[in-house]
Amino acid sequence: MIALGARTVSSFILVAAMSGCSAGFVEIPLETPIQPKIDVRPFSRVFVAGFITAGSDEVDGNLETVRLLRSQLRNKGGALRVIDADALPLAGLAGAEAEPAGSGAAGNPPPPPSADSTVSDDAQFAAVEKIFADKEYWKKVGDELQQPLIVTGTVLFRPQQRSGFVQRERETFDSLGRRSVQPERTYMERKGFILRPSFVFIDGRTGETLHTETFREEILYNANQTTPPLSSFFELMDRLLPSFLNTLTAQKVRGSRTLLK
Amino acid sequence: MKNVLVVAFLLSALVTAPAYADARGDARKQVEFGIAVAQKGLWREAIYRWQRATELDPTFAQAFNNLAIAHEHEGELDKARVAYEKALQIEPSNPLIKQNFDLFKEINDRIGRKDGK
Repeated sequence: MIALGARTVSSFILVAAMSGCSAGFVEIPLETPIQPKIDVRPFSRVFVAGFITAGSDEVDGNLETVRLLRSQLRNKGGALRVIDADALPLAGLAGAEAEPAGSGAAGNPPPPPSADSTVSDDAQFAAVEKIFADKEYWKKVGDELQQPLIVTGTVLFRPQQRSGFVQRERETFDSLGRRSVQPERTYMERKGFILRPSFVFIDGRTGETLHTETFREEILYNANQTTPPLSSFFELMDRLLPSFLNTLTAQKVRGSRTLLK
Repeated sequence: MKNVLVVAFLLSALVTAPAYADARGDARKQVEFGIAVAQKGLWREAIYRWQRATELDPTFAQAFNNLAIAHEHEGELDKARVAYEKALQIEPSNPLIKQNFDLFKEINDRIGRKDGK
């Protein structure tokens, strides 16, 4: 009797606890505001000045990046007005700066950043990156355009090829027609692209660098799949655009959380 | 001697239990009020209530969890992290707190994501 009573009581406690649990929380939608990384209040205009590029010749990394960022900033750049001036010939300028004094013959084009995949991504632009620290140059650019916030940097977009074992799911059916999915390791040849842009934000009033942000995204496809490089470029850019925009404007991340009672 | 110790322990438990129950009860009221106002969008008031709840009962993991969510809503991510960590310190195996914290960390990672990390 006592045992039965104890069991009944414990069952009652369990049921009570479970019913308490089911009513013990509330799901609530949440919008988390993310503050911009740069204070853009001193600026009313933004100038996407152009990029030094390396990698695939099939995509004009400078032109496409300038177009994409300008259109994104027009739509989601908050109060900043986008300046539609021509992009600057940064590759030429940077090449001329990187060349040792007296070593270049007149008329010779500056050496472009290497597209060699054996060179590390960091080393690709080492020789030409000095241009972004040239305060006088950027101040002059800023003065010509009413001292905007200047966005520039480097863009590496290069093909990659990789082979190795990947895990896939294989669908099988038994004699009764029942479906099951088994993980399977297969050797695959894959190819794709790496996008590694580095955005430099410069104060057009002083020529000083305010902020630098580097991203790296990559995509791989089956070796027999043909994907145009330009569509891969935009796919990879799409992934990092929210972070780029969050440098200049407040963003909201939507989600939900569980409040507990 | 052993009996005396047991009696002393039981007595002390009896004396402290109502105080603890009162603190938890008061804190629970604050937590529930905070939820009601948060659902109406009054998040600053909710923060005040949940902060009060954590002061009344510093072992109330639910209050810290809710406080963390409210700080997230206000964009106070550093404060949110502290409150989540406190909630998990008190109840490390609570799946709902863990889930909230994981979602919070995902946002944090996205903000800080650079160079593919």
